[in-house]
Amino acid sequence: MTLTNKARYALMSLMGVGLAFIYIPLSVVVINSFNASRTFSWPPTDLSLKWWSKAAANTGVRQALGWSISAGLTATAIALLLGTCLAFAVSRYEFFGKGIISLLVVLPISLPGVVTGIALSNAFTQQLGISTSLLTVIIGHATFCIVVVYNNALARLRRMGTSLQEASMDLGANGFTTFRLITLPNLASALFAGGLLAFGLSFDEIVVTTFTAGPGIQTLPIWIYNNLFRPNQAPVVNVVAATLVVFSVLPIYLSQRLSQDSTSGGRF
Amino acid sequence: MGRVNNSLASWMHKRPKVRLLALLAAPGLWLVIAYLGALGALLITAFFTINNFTGDTIPGFSLGNFHDMVTDPAYRNVMFRTLGIALSVTLICSVIAIPMAFFMAKVAKPRSQKFLVALVLTPLWASYLVKIYAWRSMLEPKTGVIDWLLSPLGIHSPGFGGPAIIIGLSYLWLPYMILPIYAGLERLPNSLLDASGDLGAHNFYTFRKVILPLIFPSLVAGSMFTFSLSLGDYITAQIIGGKLQMLGNVVYQNFSINLPFAATIATIPVTIMALYLWLVRRTGALASL
Repeated sequence: MTLTNKARYALMSLMGVGLAFIYIPLSVVVINSFNASRTFSWPPTDLSLKWWSKAAANTGVRQALGWSISAGLTATAIALLLGTCLAFAVSRYEFFGKGIISLLVVLPISLPGVVTGIALSNAFTQQLGISTSLLTVIIGHATFCIVVVYNNALARLRRMGTSLQEASMDLGANGFTTFRLITLPNLASALFAGGLLAFGLSFDEIVVTTFTAGPGIQTLPIWIYNNLFRPNQAPVVNVVAATLVVFSVLPIYLSQRLSQDSTSGGRF
Repeated sequence: MGRVNNSLASWMHKRPKVRLLALLAAPGLWLVIAYLGALGALLITAFFTINNFTGDTIPGFSLGNFHDMVTDPAYRNVMFRTLGIALSVTLICSVIAIPMAFFMAKVAKPRSQKFLVALVLTPLWASYLVKIYAWRSMLEPKTGVIDWLLSPLGIHSPGFGGPAIIIGLSYLWLPYMILPIYAGLERLPNSLLDASGDLGAHNFYTFRKVILPLIFPSLVAGSMFTFSLSLGDYITAQIIGGKLQMLGNVVYQNFSINLPFAATIATIPVTIMALYLWLVRRTGALASL
């Protein structure tokens, strides 16, 4: 499109303003973690690394990180299994209720977290009579993680078609061998992208976790939230926040290197 | 072992129904029982009442909660406020996202394009709480970043409240709006824009008459995120909303003291979302995505 120079520069500056809007708050978080003072005031007058070592030694943070990782990994494993099965069923078979099941799978992520949260909590504690624990957190997380694995796997399965599978079976491989040697390797990078996103969603989840976590169970977001308004914990919260900002680059890097399927990692 | 494997494989090969059942059983049961069952139970709870002294829920059928919700002006206010916030967030996100997406898709060189997409995507992986926490530092009156940066220009931080919630939520969901619009613009052939220009249309006229109608489905797709995610949010309001409440806050507060009423309030965002989806479906925007 032939744009006038004026329009070109206008668009470029709007892009710049947009990126500044996105990145200034994140930079503030990172810089703030080096603030030597215990209380927040901008700009920081003194910089120091002492809160970083304090945070690294903080048992609450370490324990929360451990819970977040174990909940995330387990929920991701469940989502990988269920999401892939569902993607196979939807892409390779015709059955009654297909439309309903593909709607049902996106529902947990489309409805507000607070609705999913109180629904699950109510079902666990009132209907089933089981007390909340780490397991209930995992069940909650897996429920909304299925969809991202499903989306990624479904897109890949549709693109792959069935000709490779048919060729393998024509050459004498049985269903299991074909799955192991043909289908799974072709699906692997899509499953990786889906699994990465599922773990990311679980790791960042706070609302459903609030309602399904057992007493004493604090995932990292819950830990941050519980300490957000405690003035003497502020410096440690700052360091944890900065770490999370810095590490957000990692999944983007991984997914851009390993999967060309979609830039959004299948959120859409 | 190999023999058993082989005969099982051929047994299953001849029975597509068995294969389908094996694939569907686990995810189907999970979604229907663990999720749909829980949602159904919550909806039923909305018709229960509670014992005012013990706080226990009493099963039964009563429309009292719905009556309270509709007649109490406080809840009506919260509902309209939440709707207003969700709509403002959607509008602000579109206004910021369209020029950014346009620059990324049509102006930037192919090499920087991929980098820009990564730049827009990265914050999606930064923690939700951290981003709202960041805005606490930005908006803090007097000692915050906005007052430090913009007070020489005579602009002051709005402080914590409604505007802060709108800014915070727009910040959170902006990438969800940029990405579908970017994808839509990338699919749009340059020749259309050239043709419009050759026929004498100014840039803005081309935007209004050619680009906007063609990216409308992408805008709708983005709005589903910005609108629905804002509608149910309560954490942002808790952190930067001051005393202001959204629907989610009312649900959250009632959860431990009056679960049936929390369930009743929770039906509002679900109903609004269902209406919105129905409306979107009627415009046919999703079919052309």
